[in-house]
Amino acid sequence: MRFSLSWLKEYLETTATLDEIVDRLTMIGLEVEEVIDRADVLAPFTVAEILDAEQHPNADRLKVCRVATHEGELQIVCGAPNARKGLKTVFAAIGTTIPANGMTLKPTKIRDVDSQGMMCSADEMALGENAEGIMELPESAKIGESFAGYVGADDPIIEIAITPDRADCLGVYGVARDLAASGLGTLNVLPDHRIDEKFSSSPKIRIENERACPLFMGRLIKGVKNGESPDWLKQKLAACNVTSHSILVDITNYLSFDRGRPLHVFDADKLKGDMVVRLAKDGETFIDLKENEQKLQEDMVVISDDSGVISLAGVMGGLSTGSHHDTVNVYIESALFDPLAIAKAGRTLGLISDARYRFERGVDPAAVKQGLDFATQLILDLCGGEAGDIAVAGSEPGWRKEIFFRPSRVQELTALSVDEKKMADIFTALGCDIVKEDIWKVSPPSWRFDLELEEDLVEEIMRLNGMDDIPLVSLPPLEKKDGVLTQNFDRAFKARRILAANGMHEVVTYSFMSSKYADLFGGQSDNLNVSNPISAELNVMRPSVLPNLIDAAKQNEKRSLDNGALFETGPVFNEDCDMNQQSVVAGVRFGKGLRHWSGQAEKPDVYTVKSDIYAVLEGIGLSTDKLQVKTESSGWYHPGKSGSLCLGPKNKLAEFGEIHPKVAKAYKLKVPIFGFEIFMDNLPASKKKAAKQLLKLNNLQPASRDFAFIVDQDIFAADLVRAVKGAEKKYIQSVSVFDVFEGEALGDNKKSIAIDVLLQPVNESFTDEVLEEISNKIINAAAKSTGAVLRS
Amino acid sequence: MTDLVTFLQQTLKAAEEASTPEALDEIRVSALGKKGFLTEQMKTLGQLDGDARKIQGQELNKAKGEIAKALDVKKQALDAAALDEKLKSESIDVTLQPSPALKGSVHPISQTIEEIVEIFGKMGFNVAEGPDIEDDFHNFEALNFPKGHPAREMQDTFYLNKTHDDQPMVLRTHTSPVQIRTMLTEEAPIRIIVPGRTYRCDHDATHSPMFHQVEGLVIEKGIHMGHLKATLKSFCEQFFGVTDLPMRFRPSFFPFTEPSVEVDIGCKKTDKGLEIGAGEDWLEILGAGMVHPNVLKNCGLNPQEHQGFAFGVGLERISMLKYGMPDLRPFFESDMRWLEYYGFSHQDMPSKERSVS
Repeated sequence: MRFSLSWLKEYLETTATLDEIVDRLTMIGLEVEEVIDRADVLAPFTVAEILDAEQHPNADRLKVCRVATHEGELQIVCGAPNARKGLKTVFAAIGTTIPANGMTLKPTKIRDVDSQGMMCSADEMALGENAEGIMELPESAKIGESFAGYVGADDPIIEIAITPDRADCLGVYGVARDLAASGLGTLNVLPDHRIDEKFSSSPKIRIENERACPLFMGRLIKGVKNGESPDWLKQKLAACNVTSHSILVDITNYLSFDRGRPLHVFDADKLKGDMVVRLAKDGETFIDLKENEQKLQEDMVVISDDSGVISLAGVMGGLSTGSHHDTVNVYIESALFDPLAIAKAGRTLGLISDARYRFERGVDPAAVKQGLDFATQLILDLCGGEAGDIAVAGSEPGWRKEIFFRPSRVQELTALSVDEKKMADIFTALGCDIVKEDIWKVSPPSWRFDLELEEDLVEEIMRLNGMDDIPLVSLPPLEKKDGVLTQNFDRAFKARRILAANGMHEVVTYSFMSSKYADLFGGQSDNLNVSNPISAELNVMRPSVLPNLIDAAKQNEKRSLDNGALFETGPVFNEDCDMNQQSVVAGVRFGKGLRHWSGQAEKPDVYTVKSDIYAVLEGIGLSTDKLQVKTESSGWYHPGKSGSLCLGPKNKLAEFGEIHPKVAKAYKLKVPIFGFEIFMDNLPASKKKAAKQLLKLNNLQPASRDFAFIVDQDIFAADLVRAVKGAEKKYIQSVSVFDVFEGEALGDNKKSIAIDVLLQPVNESFTDEVLEEISNKIINAAAKSTGAVLRS
Repeated sequence: MTDLVTFLQQTLKAAEEASTPEALDEIRVSALGKKGFLTEQMKTLGQLDGDARKIQGQELNKAKGEIAKALDVKKQALDAAALDEKLKSESIDVTLQPSPALKGSVHPISQTIEEIVEIFGKMGFNVAEGPDIEDDFHNFEALNFPKGHPAREMQDTFYLNKTHDDQPMVLRTHTSPVQIRTMLTEEAPIRIIVPGRTYRCDHDATHSPMFHQVEGLVIEKGIHMGHLKATLKSFCEQFFGVTDLPMRFRPSFFPFTEPSVEVDIGCKKTDKGLEIGAGEDWLEILGAGMVHPNVLKNCGLNPQEHQGFAFGVGLERISMLKYGMPDLRPFFESDMRWLEYYGFSHQDMPSKERSVS
């Protein structure tokens, strides 16, 4: 909402400065977004008169002018086509800075002729786009005076943001009323317009649906002469950023911004028969005044006559019945429409208008006639003609209500102490009626339909009293029942720092992605498609974090950052999960490895991403002893170079592996890439930390024994290790693989797995016999479960 | 006797002059070996008698000791020299680069969330969370956004194909639905903060379709805007590390709070950008208010008994302000150059107790 300072002051008597007004607006909730005050910039520019304009001797398009200015008579070279004798225009003396380009004028010669200043166009003054010629000021303008006042350019423009609840401030008068209620001045009373009604207005109106349109008033004005609006009206509309069309249209726009009262004018001669306000029929069409055909739906409110729909009520008028410069008889509409219906119609058809903006927020139900009369008076004043009486359909809907108000609630909710007299004054200034008893009865005015509850009234007191005095009061101490974090947050916090320590960058990527790529990751159910995505690239909820991470790897690779590691902690979406989502920690490592002169640089592989999982699980305090490694994994991993980690037969905690080459190819990734996903919701709950059992350290010397087994190639190391571990649980402390190799010497489809078994004696040191016995048990167990043969 | 003296002198000299361990060995053999001079001499002791044998024996032993010691000293010297020589030959170029390692980092949004949790955790707040995909009731209806009301249009909503109670489900437009979920399931007193992802269909230089908010909610007896002001002031001062931070409340509108305020903090514009603290300008930082009685009722709470405040902060914005990041978009672009520069070390735990004075 934009308006000029002088416009505001038509309704607000105040001695406050612009700065004070701007501050106050913001502090009562009408937040000032911008103030355009050009007075200082324009002050040096004065009115001048061209005394003579001769052809420049050396240039066809230039004129040499003799100009009367506040500095006396000067010679100025000017290229404007409208530079002519007798023209009053804008003069910029030497030393002045031109607003549009910041240039400071110097004495100059243009094609050998001296020029002692400049005459300016609207464009150069940053006052408009007209660069065709220099500004033309009225003949009455006085030479040497500041020019700005003559074009209304010295009037500061204020732009405020209006929250959706404050429909009453969508007109300048409402803004003035609010400022007055805050104590910044006094509100001028609006004049009563007594219209001399000469005849009975037609057409008559019929309302078919009173919920959609409770009240409709119309008035015929005959014999008007439409035309160009006077300067005061043009300047007001310019302040609102509205283009001037003609007096009739400008008056309706003016009423919107001045009173928040939308109106519509029909060319009465184009109306056919009576007017009906009704709901549209499905499939009915209408051509709006911007010449677009609109397909209507049955919940839209329309105004129709015998020719069909002539207006989409409260949103936009129709082309066929609009007013023009040659309109002689006009019919003015002032009505109330259902805000929800207006909002829905506007949204469905994508039509934005100042009328819709106001109707969907609500307009003053008691000011329908007042607005109509004000518009009538303006038309009679500016276009002449004679007015008819008011044709009425429907009636003013009830808006009166009483709200119980306990003055003590102000302090209870806001901690402000405001005396009751001041509260009463604020309510009165806002237009409320008050009955003061123990509990006050406050009746808000017709234009404050947003006030419904005691709390709303508390806010009004707080708002207009000001909030600077709200004291600082610390929250009372609270006995905490449990820890600050949820388990999910705690684990994400830990996982993040573990992976960052392991050389991975944490990223945050969108929760949505392209369905095309989602299909490579199991796809997403139709239900979890976004129905109004901002682009086809972001049209489904991600079923996995990996696609976003792979894409991020690709984007980095494009910048030649082709070695890296990225991870994300966040949700993935799956309709089968509780609340349609689960928490995941996922990561990728990509690249051929950092190069190092030693040739021993770390290179990502399946086992690095596997160890990332172990690092996270151990870091968040879970034991990895009982994890089972399975060779099955999802289809986006390389089938032979991936696996999953499970706890029990059904609970999959994580997957890892090389990304399937077809997936990597879809992303056009050139370097190898490995990934992992940890399904955080599947992890077992952390145990409460209890005191630990007593640690008993065994001082007997442990023994280490190496075994090299030959097994079939499809035997998994983990199976061999498990078998060995189970061979003698009493003494075997740990089993680790230290060598794996294949070679012709071993035979076809064979491989060698060498393990190191750490044996811990319990009560007495091992004897050779005992060690021999354990070794045999190990060899037998390995042979039994995996067919392993000890290498000789 | 003369022989012994001469032998001793010659041998000690030879030991002194030996330049290899082999030479020393030869000397040892020739002096102390089975057939060495001294060994041979010892064998002749039996032919002497009484005192002579005793004296001669002592002399021989003494000579034996001296030679052994001299050989030993020389051996050590030769060994040390040999080791020096060997190590010298093993020299490597220590100016070569150390083993490379990837650098990791924590994303600024996560760091900011952890800082906020740290600050509010000390004030008695617990973290709460809720789903990103919400139903109309939790995201709008219960928060007092009537159907069709223009306030719903303040928030450009993403809709999903999935429906709930015949209404399309939405990507939550704010973290406020977790207020509802908490009030419906927990008893007062309630003090929660809700950091999380939020979504609005808006995309330009200053808007991202996904962003983060932290919601705060306090429901306790007698809580008023004085508590709100002190809580937010304390938060802002700790978060931005500024003491005596000027703070200003302005009236505003949110459907789920009444009265509603927007909160500004003091700042000044400098050559380097915005500086938080006392200055001539104000910077809007968050929205807040007293929980609307309709919201309390929608959660089964009696507004005459329960009251409290709620607030919501945009995390990217305060993160940008605190850490001087000029643009929003790189937050979601995963550019490793940006992550390495603006990201945080895993060591940077947001803990006041561990900060350096």
